[in-house]
Amino acid sequence: MMGAAPRLKDAGLAALVALALAFPLIGFETAESGVGFTTRFPWVAIAGAAVFAGRLLLGLLPQRFHLRQRASRSTAVSDGKFVKLAAAALIVFAVLLPVLPFASRRSIDLATLALIYVILGWGLNVVVGLAGLLDLGYVAFYAVGAYSFALAVQWFGLSFWEMLPLSGVTAATAGILLGIPVLRLRGDYLAIVTLGFGEIVRIVLNNWTSMTGGPNGIGDIPRPTVFGMPIAPGAPAGVTTFNHVIGIAYDPIQRLIWLYYVALAVALIINWFSLRIRRLPVGRAWEALREDEIACRALGLNPTTIKLSAFATGAMTGGFAGVLFAARAGFISPESFNFQESATVLSIVVLGGMGSQLGVALAAVILATLPEFGREFAQYRMLIFGAAMVAIMIWRPRGLFTVRAPSVRLDQT
Amino acid sequence: MGYFLQQLVNGLTLGAIYALIAIGYTMVYGIVGMINFAHGEIFMIGAFISLIFFVVLGVLGVTWLPLALLLVLLLAMALTAVYGWAVERIAYRPLRGSFRLAPLISAIGMSIFLQNYVLLVQGAHEKTLPPMITGGFELMQSGGFMVSVSWLQLIIVGVTLLLMVVFTAVIQLTPLGRAQRATEQDMTMAALLGIDVDRTISLTFVIGAALAAVAGLMVTLQYGVIDFFIGFLAGVKAFTAAVLGGIGSLPGAVLGGLLIGLIEALWSGYCPSEYKDVAVYAVLILVLMFRPTGLLGRPEVEKV
Amino acid sequence: MTRQSLLAVENLSMRFGGVVAVDDLSFTAYRREITAIIGPNGAGKTTVFNCLTGFYRPTGGSLVLTQDDRNFQLERLKGYRIARDAGVARTFQNVRLFAGMTVLENLVVAQHVALTRASGYNLGGLLGLKRHQDAERAAIVRAREWLDLIDLTGRADEVAGNLPYGAQRKLEIVRAMCTGPRLLCVDEPAAGLNPHESADLARFLVLIRDRFGIGILLIEHDMTVVMGISDHVIVLNYGKKVADASPAEVRRDPAVIKAYLGEEGD
Repeated sequence: MMGAAPRLKDAGLAALVALALAFPLIGFETAESGVGFTTRFPWVAIAGAAVFAGRLLLGLLPQRFHLRQRASRSTAVSDGKFVKLAAAALIVFAVLLPVLPFASRRSIDLATLALIYVILGWGLNVVVGLAGLLDLGYVAFYAVGAYSFALAVQWFGLSFWEMLPLSGVTAATAGILLGIPVLRLRGDYLAIVTLGFGEIVRIVLNNWTSMTGGPNGIGDIPRPTVFGMPIAPGAPAGVTTFNHVIGIAYDPIQRLIWLYYVALAVALIINWFSLRIRRLPVGRAWEALREDEIACRALGLNPTTIKLSAFATGAMTGGFAGVLFAARAGFISPESFNFQESATVLSIVVLGGMGSQLGVALAAVILATLPEFGREFAQYRMLIFGAAMVAIMIWRPRGLFTVRAPSVRLDQT
Repeated sequence: MGYFLQQLVNGLTLGAIYALIAIGYTMVYGIVGMINFAHGEIFMIGAFISLIFFVVLGVLGVTWLPLALLLVLLLAMALTAVYGWAVERIAYRPLRGSFRLAPLISAIGMSIFLQNYVLLVQGAHEKTLPPMITGGFELMQSGGFMVSVSWLQLIIVGVTLLLMVVFTAVIQLTPLGRAQRATEQDMTMAALLGIDVDRTISLTFVIGAALAAVAGLMVTLQYGVIDFFIGFLAGVKAFTAAVLGGIGSLPGAVLGGLLIGLIEALWSGYCPSEYKDVAVYAVLILVLMFRPTGLLGRPEVEKV
Repeated sequence: MTRQSLLAVENLSMRFGGVVAVDDLSFTAYRREITAIIGPNGAGKTTVFNCLTGFYRPTGGSLVLTQDDRNFQLERLKGYRIARDAGVARTFQNVRLFAGMTVLENLVVAQHVALTRASGYNLGGLLGLKRHQDAERAAIVRAREWLDLIDLTGRADEVAGNLPYGAQRKLEIVRAMCTGPRLLCVDEPAAGLNPHESADLARFLVLIRDRFGIGILLIEHDMTVVMGISDHVIVLNYGKKVADASPAEVRRDPAVIKAYLGEEGD
């Protein structure tokens, strides 16, 4: 513990640094024309004072509150009771959501979006959280799913239900194709190459105008039908609408609710799949690969197939999310699939605790809905995102929810 | 032929800028073994600081160009270096020895933060600067095409080469350079032998950021338009340059930067320019697949 | 009983640039025997292991493993196939457990190859077929038997990285054994252990040799362990073989004494 004088000096130095940081960028704002500027020196002073106070307070805090946790290993092994309860509560809430009092077109649509992020998070979780392969171009598979759906509708007249599984297959294939060249790469090289792949996909979508419509995107993407019957106010001759069959009047909200339940069903299936596969040899191999690739090889595990299966599984999930996204918006363009989106999904996985199914779901819901609470907040969203990613890595390098349930227990025989 | 030469000149200019940024990547990777993902944003901040001080000096009446250039160069290098230092101190140092993906994720977070910080304090619109250094000379007439080189292009390439020589000398000859190389080899051992590892790493980030600031200044002068998003692409390309040249190698970073600049310029000259970034990414992927150690890098033996 | 050859190393060389780490090394390891490789630091012992297990591609020479009258040219196999097909398992000088997974999971992952087959390449497992469940149960039983042997059954569901160092070393050996190897290569298993733990470990290696009838290659600096349990000892110095004999003979060999005294002189 430091005395008062060194502590003041330390805080003073931090404040000086803050002043140097703030002086050029906060202190001045140039006019758009390139001549003339306005100054904001009071803000520079505020930044300096805030850092001084913050640094001083941080020094006064007892050691155990410090944001630093050296142990990088999750030590807790939960019995899973809390997790099971929380998951059950979440599922009940999700099922009942459309009949809850605050349900509106807006909130159901938002919940659908949140579910899409949950699915994306779970998909990337396989790659990053379980297999430990940092994929910064995950959005590419999301795009492949969305575009293969939209293009199949446009060119072959296929429907949502036909393309939901097929898009998963296309995306998984893309995952394997992109996976093969990067197999030998180590962690950070892999990250940068996947980023490159993601950008290539986006640039191609943006410029191959004859195929993808370029920046204008593709519209008129149909919503899912109910057992082949659309939900619509009136139908062209020969088509029966679902609301006609069950005898209720058309309301636009019905479409949203149906899509929401479809997304929920997809999410639940993926959840079941993920939980199950984690307990299968391949799932354990993913985690073993994350822990130590060299040891894996020495035990006869083939790193190539393990990595490819992780890529393919993650990509397939991303493909499903892409189809849902396209069906929800009815329109897609390359803008929706930029690096920012990859970073968002990555922060969902990181925030949720790499490897934790429930944590990722909660993080996805929070990140997807947060911007809706207060428009003021929207402009700070990415700023806080970035800061939170840094803070969480320092505080808990393995994510917020680090409770890891073992895939197998001694007493289960 | 003339057209080709012109693209070559343009490519070399661009490549010099990439090289300056690439040095930061390569030095940091060499010493702490991580991709400083936020380095592209440091470059972007360098560009913003340069532009701001050009405008401020212009209003204050410093109109003698060499003086203005020198002042902006020094201010931008110094203040951007503080950003480089702070990024390391806040986002990377606490994570030394942590779970292996942690520093990289922290770096991505830092990159997102810095980008949006500049977006917030300087706005989303593009910032422009009227051309300050104009004119040039005609190199030659070839095949009905006039190959011209602007003074600015000469300055950019000249300053890059000068800095390169200076910093190579620093790394080769000074105690700091020795400490840096020792830390690169074995951090624990270096610390045991009395090298202040923290300080050495900080200085590496400071130098890298200062060079990125120079690159930012050059871009501001050359293109006259910047926005908060330029760091991402420039960062990826400079990183590609560092990998192409062999990460960890200073001459490699320069060579890689120049090659990437040339590839980009020549591609733009002869192929659909909207795919020029795809060309760069493809180079990155191919190099990593077939020669992960780059052109001038040392082969890495897997430690078991 | 006649000695059955298990591994034949012939003229093995490994060069890194100008450095010759292993120089024209030939030796044979036998089934039901512990073959120790000793030598001063930097003699090339671990390099031999790395060539054997596919982490390095040897510059020259051949490594042939005989298994039920089938021969495997190890220097031509990929690393994971050496473990999977030829049945060579190893441990590492600096323990490489799956630190974030439980003790039991470490041992189940080691049975990956068999489990994957039984689960119908995971598809059967996904559908919850009985065959996979049986195989998983069998894998747990097998793991439990091993854990009983090293007194870790009570900590089976703990995170492996939290075990004390000595237990981690033993667990790593047990994990290698769970792959069902013909040849077990252990790299300095007694490093960092106290004399009591070392003796315990030596007994354990003997037990593995006698009960499972496999060959063991042992790199070790602790001469009490080496001389106590080895059936024959190979001494390396500067990548070259200076002796290959029984422990008693090696102890008297002037070339060996010279190699070691050269080390101790400074």
